This record gives sequence, structure tokens and C-alpha cells, in this order.
Amino acid sequence: MATITTLAPRTRRGVELVLLVFAVGIVMLAYVNVGIAVNGTLPPSIIAYGVGLTVLVLAVHITLRLRAAYADPVLLPAATVLNGLGLVMIHRLDLAENRSGGEAFAARQMIWMALGVALALAILWLLRDHRRLQRFTYTAMAAGLVLLLLPLLPGLGKSINGSRIWIGVGPLSFQPGELAKIVLAVFFAGYLVQTRDALSLVGRRVLGFSLPRARDLGPILIAWLASLGVLVFERDLGSSLLFFGLFVAMLYVATERKSWIAIGLTLFLAGSYLAYLTFGHVERRVLLWLHPFSAKALEVSDQLVRGLFGMANGGLLGTGLGRGRPDLTYYAESDFIVPSFAEELGLFGVFALLLLYLVFVERGMRTALGVRDGFGKLLATGLAFTVALQCFVVVGGVTRVIPLTGLTMPFLSYGGSSLLANWAILGLLLRISDQARRPAPPVEPTNLAGSDAVTQVVRLR
Amino acid sequence: MNAPIRRLAMVVAFMFTCLLVSTTYIQFVQASSLRDKPNNRRTLLANYARERGPILVHGDPIARSTPTDDDLKFQRSYPDPQLYAHITGYYSFVYGAGAGVERSQDALLSGSADALFYRRMVDLVTGRKPQGAAVELTIDPAAQKAASDGLGKQTGAVVALNPKTGAILALVSHPTYDPNRLAGHDLTKVQQAYQDLNDDKARPLLNRAIAGDLYPPGSTFKVVTAAAALSSGTYDEDTVVPGPATLDLPQTSVNLPNDFRGACGPGGKLSLTRALQISCNTAFGSLGLKLGGNALREQAQKFGFGESLSVPLPVTPSQVPADMNPPQSAQAAIGQFDVRVTPLQMAMVAAGVANDGVVMKPYLVQTVRAQDLDVISQTQPQQLSRAVSSDVAQQLTRMMVKVVSGGTGTRAQIPGVTVAGKTGTAQHGDGKAPHAWFIAFAPAQDPQVAVAVVVEDGGELGHEGFGGSIAAPIAKDVMQAVLKP
Repeated sequence: MATITTLAPRTRRGVELVLLVFAVGIVMLAYVNVGIAVNGTLPPSIIAYGVGLTVLVLAVHITLRLRAAYADPVLLPAATVLNGLGLVMIHRLDLAENRSGGEAFAARQMIWMALGVALALAILWLLRDHRRLQRFTYTAMAAGLVLLLLPLLPGLGKSINGSRIWIGVGPLSFQPGELAKIVLAVFFAGYLVQTRDALSLVGRRVLGFSLPRARDLGPILIAWLASLGVLVFERDLGSSLLFFGLFVAMLYVATERKSWIAIGLTLFLAGSYLAYLTFGHVERRVLLWLHPFSAKALEVSDQLVRGLFGMANGGLLGTGLGRGRPDLTYYAESDFIVPSFAEELGLFGVFALLLLYLVFVERGMRTALGVRDGFGKLLATGLAFTVALQCFVVVGGVTRVIPLTGLTMPFLSYGGSSLLANWAILGLLLRISDQARRPAPPVEPTNLAGSDAVTQVVRLR
Repeated sequence: MNAPIRRLAMVVAFMFTCLLVSTTYIQFVQASSLRDKPNNRRTLLANYARERGPILVHGDPIARSTPTDDDLKFQRSYPDPQLYAHITGYYSFVYGAGAGVERSQDALLSGSADALFYRRMVDLVTGRKPQGAAVELTIDPAAQKAASDGLGKQTGAVVALNPKTGAILALVSHPTYDPNRLAGHDLTKVQQAYQDLNDDKARPLLNRAIAGDLYPPGSTFKVVTAAAALSSGTYDEDTVVPGPATLDLPQTSVNLPNDFRGACGPGGKLSLTRALQISCNTAFGSLGLKLGGNALREQAQKFGFGESLSVPLPVTPSQVPADMNPPQSAQAAIGQFDVRVTPLQMAMVAAGVANDGVVMKPYLVQTVRAQDLDVISQTQPQQLSRAVSSDVAQQLTRMMVKVVSGGTGTRAQIPGVTVAGKTGTAQHGDGKAPHAWFIAFAPAQDPQVAVAVVVEDGGELGHEGFGGSIAAPIAKDVMQAVLKP
């Protein structure tokens, strides 16, 4: 009699450790590269950065061994390289701008990274099963709305560079929208898991499209209005696009109806066109997008043009770390960090970074495929998709695929809120992926003795 | 839900493909056109990041680049700005390499010249900091100083040449300016300075010595006329020519008078030497009539007129009009009508006579050296043309010596040195004081220096300023500066 034996799934933690050694190695190499190019010597701070980075990622790695042994082995190394290279570029720009000590952006970014890692660790230790989050569906909705509205509160909200997406407490500023995208993903997942049947099954077919009932349009209209509200009142094109895109993508995955995508795109285009006609700041963004070199556009801003010059200067192979002039571009360490890398690492470097993001996102998607519960699928999809969409909006903005918006590159850009949010996303994805890859619990053989046993009692630990 | 997740993953892959295409388009397809955009600061900075080579006079820099703390890495400075402004030109991050050696030798100074390609490659491999080449000039600092001091506040120009080689020993144009003001790194100040210089009525940016508005040469042109006469074979230095008080010009009612209102010699006759010595208009006017316009023009061309020279600063060609009728020829013979010259051209006339009739090609750059002092190029003296025969040159020399020893140019005399020269006082437009001219060379028997001086509108003396009184002393000082051991 042939027996079927299943291979015990491997945890792959060893693979992760090897990849982490490579990840930290790449970052250290880049750091040394910058030091030698700029000052001609090995930077003395390399020990602090090296030890800091190693301790942080090892803490996550050990936690995974203890609390989520089956988590995806590629996510953490990918995030490590991205965050580490971001630190290197920020440090390199610190050198160019003569920022040092407490002024250095890299030191602050390191602190934010530590906080982000702490947040991810907290998620891994405290949240033993992601399905628990489903209980907080409506709490998440409320939290998401509050976070979105916070910047509009007088006294608390701050307007920076025309966008009102910041809150300031004392000297600290924070972008609540970054965290809002996570709680909103939780809300969308919980809400759509409950309502997906109504949203997907009922309706009429028109021209091969199954259209939903009018009253089921409510949620997408609310999401649309909310994102338009962000665009109008907070003047933030990027967040608006991100929230709405996230919602439509999750709606599509939940309902398997392409018509939602069509409806979503139509609404988005209509809304954008209205905003273009109505609001000066949107119109300026479009002008900068289509005709960045025109005299009229240069009067408004030459930021995009400077970024393009930087990328052109990099060419295929780049100037080498520390040998270009990324500091000539405004916000070279945050919104324009990709042109900074493009200048110094060249087209090949940018390809490597983009592929690293793609790997990260696709591992998130794979997690969604593997996990067994609908909530987990939707949440993992949503989280992975926000990262992808944010990359698209940022890089697409600086390379003139779409109008430039003010968003940060996940893990790479300077910015505390962004870093916290992305490590939280990583923590959640690791947690869900552990569920996805963990083998089904073994069947207890105790009751199988009697031949009359018809049913098995499966006891879950 | 797995099917839509897979499809969404495809959407993500598509989005990233868009980004790969867009970055490729910018960094590969468009890269070079973006780099060449005029407002691309990175390209400008790349030029500035390389240390620009110095411009040297007798081993001392008259333009040099020193490291700075700002974005531009190097600051161009001119240690003796007013004295050398028209030689160096300026190097401005707003207006680029403007005028002078800065512009004409830009590729070598900046290090981007093809001649330096091999060195750039070596620098790249060895990691040595690339640097532009050093340009050494032929200028004699003492002569340059004497010329500049002599002109002082007067408007005009001085050019001194080594007649045997064509090397330019002094090149001065007044008024001058301070190129440091244009080389600064403060955008608004530089723009203001540029505006001021361009608005200045005295036009200090004009290099009057080689590329200003051309001057009428006045009586200094009589040397060319005399050369044509001697070369024709029918005259020698002692030939007696008519020199009446006024010369009746055919075909017109206008007559050509002498400046000193009277006949040039007893009975209105005198030798050719004497005619040059006292600058007799009627004698040379009649020579012009006899020789004809074409002979004058051809002789002038043999001295370099009409030639587009590059020293390597571009020189405006001097001109004698073609197809002159007899009265025009008579006027041209005394340097009037439409004869127009640069001071450099008149220095070349003096140098041609001095160098036994051979005009050497003038040049300003002696040697170009790489950072490691290897010679990249060295200018060899080149013959431009033979203006007159050796015999004619000697006759002309003897005639010009008489001008200084006992004629209109006595104020150019140098104790112990025989000086040959010719004065000029060039009328230009009614009511304006004439330009004072002097061309000379010395020592007459073994010429070391040839010089041309023009002082606009009679200089400090105005209507009382003549070539002999205003321009000759300046020429004398310059020649003395060169001849001093």
C-alpha cells in the first residue's frame, strides 16, 4: 500500500538569515563607498550604523524564530536593504549639506527606524493571529477617519509646501495619513469580507459587465468623496490617489467584479478632471507634469526639472555614491530620493531598487494567496498593494508618468511617519505570512482506535 | 478570491514595468539632451569642478583658479585685473568664458580640449584630480605696464610686437574693466556688474587694440604709401616730389591742404624722405594720385590688411577700399577716406619695415602646458607675408629714423637708441578732436620692438593733441620698457 507522506514544511529562517547577512553587507558596502568618495576615508560612524542596523534586524529575525517561524523569509531582507540604503543616501546628503550630530537626518532616521522596528516587534509579539483585527473593523474605520481629519484641525494641523497633511506637536511633525492607510486597509478588509456577497452577487449584466445595484454603490461613492475631500481640503494628490486606489483594488479582489474597477476609474478620472478645472494647485501640477521645461512651468517650480537633470546625469551606471550632486534637487532625501539614487547608482541601480520593491510586493501578494481566511487575504492584498501603489505614484511622479505628488518612497525616504507605517505593514505581512505557510495542525490520533469511529475529533491547540 | 489577487499581481507587475520604461527613457534615451539643456546646473558645475588652468605672464598668473567652499568649487580671480582685462577676458559662471584668452583658449584652460583627451584618461585611472592646461603668454609685463600707464585715463590702445617673431609684447585698450567683478559667484552682483559694463558709454568691454571700431590711421598710413612708391621702382628715398601748399584734387572742387598751411619745401618741392619727416600731405596725396588706389590697396594687403587673424583672439581685419577714384586715392594715401585699421595692424606695418620687409604672424600664446608641465603646444614664429623688399625696408627705416631724429616724432627719441617712427593725426568727423597716432620700432639697426599707439580724440590735449605730442611719448616708454635689460 502506497503511503502518502507530506514533507514537513520548512520554516526557511536559515534562508532569511543568509539573506540578511547579504542585506546588511550591501548596506555597509554602500556606506563605506560614500565615506571614501566624500571624505577619502572610512567613516568612523560606520560601526555605530553597522551595529545599529544589525541589532535591529536581528531582533526582528529572532522574534520571527520565536513567534512566527513560518513567516516569509524574503520580506525582512528586502526591507532591510531598502531601509539601509535609504539611510546611506540620507547620510550622504547630510554630508553634502553639512548636517551633523543631532542635526543629521540620518541619525533621526535611524531613531525612526528603531521605533518602526519596535512597532513591528510589538505586532509580532502581541498579535498572535491577524484575524483578531477583524473585530476592530469599525474601530479602524473611526480611527482612519480621525487620522485623515487630524491635519484639518486648527492649531494641530500644519500646512507644509501647500499640502495640509501634517500635524505638529511641539517640534515634532507627523503625517497621520501614513498610518491611516493601514487602519483603512484593516477596515476595508473587515468590511468587504462581510459585504462581499451582496456586492458581488446581486446585480444585472449589461454589455457583458455585471453592474451592481444602485444602492450597493454607497461604499464606493463614500470612499470617492472622502478621497476627493483629501484632495480638496488637504491638497494632497498623492494620498487621495492612494486611498481611493487601495479601496478599489480591495473591492475588486473581494467581489471579483471587474465592473468595480471600471466604475472606480471612471469616478477617479471624473473627479480628477473636476479638480483640474476647479483648483489652481491641481492645474499647476498638470502643467508641471506635461510641460516641465516651459517658461511658465519653471516659474512655478523647477523641482521636477532638477530631478530629471539628476537622473540624466546618472545615465546608465551612475556617478557612484557620493560623487553626484543629488543635493541640488529639493527634497532629495524624501520625495526625490529616487532621483538621488538614479543619479549616483544609475539606471541599473534604479532597476535593482524597483525590482526589490516588486519582490516585496509580490511576496505580500503570495501571502494573500496562501492564507486561508478571507480577511487575511484582503488585508495582505491591501497592504502589499499600498506599497506598490505608493512606489508607482512616487516614481511615476518624478519620471513624468503621472503628475508629481508629495508621497514618500516606502522604507527609502526620510520621514518618521512613513517609516513607522511601513515597518507596521511589514510586521502585519510577516504575521499573516506565518499563518499562510504554517502547516495545518496535526490530527491527534487518540480516538482512531475504535473501528466504529465515524467522526474524528480534531482538536486544535 | 485567489483569481483577482493573481490579476492584481499582474497589475502591479504592469505598474512596475511602466516605471522601468520611464526611468530608461529619462536616463538612457533622453539623458544626453537633458544634460545639454542650458539651465542644467550639473553640467555647469562639472566644468567648474575641474580646476581651470592659469593664464601666465612671465611665470606669474594673471588669471588663476583658487578653491572655494561653495558649490562652484573654484573661484576665478585676476590678480592685476585692470592691466590685463582685455587679454584675459573673463570667466563667469553666468556669462561663460567671455572674450580674451579665457574664451579663445577655453577648451584648453577647462581641460576639455581634444588635445588633453589622453591625459584625462590617465587622470581617470590614476585618480589624479583633473586640471586644465596652463596658458603662457608672450606679454612683456614691463611693456604692458608702460603702455597702460602711458595711456592713463585717455581712451585708446597700444600694441607692441617683437618684429622678428610676431610675439605680442603689449596689448592694452583703455578704458579697461575689472574682470573679477564678472567672475564672482554672487549672481546678482555679477549681473549688475555686467549690466553696468554694457551700459557704460565709454564701452570698457571693447578691445580697441584688435577688435574695436576700426580707426582711421591718419598720417601713419603714409608709411604704406611710401612703401608702395619705393616698391614701384620709380621712386627712392631721395626722389624729389611736389609738395605744394594745397593739392588740387581732380574731378572735385575739394582741395587737399597741408596741416601747417604752406608749401612743404622751397618752391613746393622736396625729397620723399623729407616729405615723410614733416608729414607732408600734398606730397603723399600726389603720390596717391600717381600710384593709384589699387597699388595702395595691394601694398596694404601685403602688410596684412584684409586678413582675418586669430592671435588666437579674433582680430578685426583692417581695410583699404577697393576701386577708389583718384581723389579718393589721394585721400587714402594720407590715411583718410575709408581706410580703417586696428592698432595691431599698424604695429604690424612698423614691424614689417623693421623686420627687413617681412611681416610675422602676430601671436599671444607662447606655450600651453599640462598640469604636469609637459608642453602641449608651443607657438612657432610664422611668416605672414613679405610686405616690401629688403632694400625698400632699409630705405623706409632710414626715412622713419629721420622722422624721430628731426621731424614730427622727436618726442619718441630714446637716448642712445636709434628710433624709427611715424606720427599720425587722424581727423574723424567734423568738430571732433583728431585721433593721435604713433607707430615706431627700435633700435633701428637691430629692431627688438615695434609699437603702435592710438589716443582717441587727441587724449588729454584734445584739439591740441597731435600724434607727435600725445602718442609718441607713450610709444617711447613702451619701447624703453622692452629694451631695458
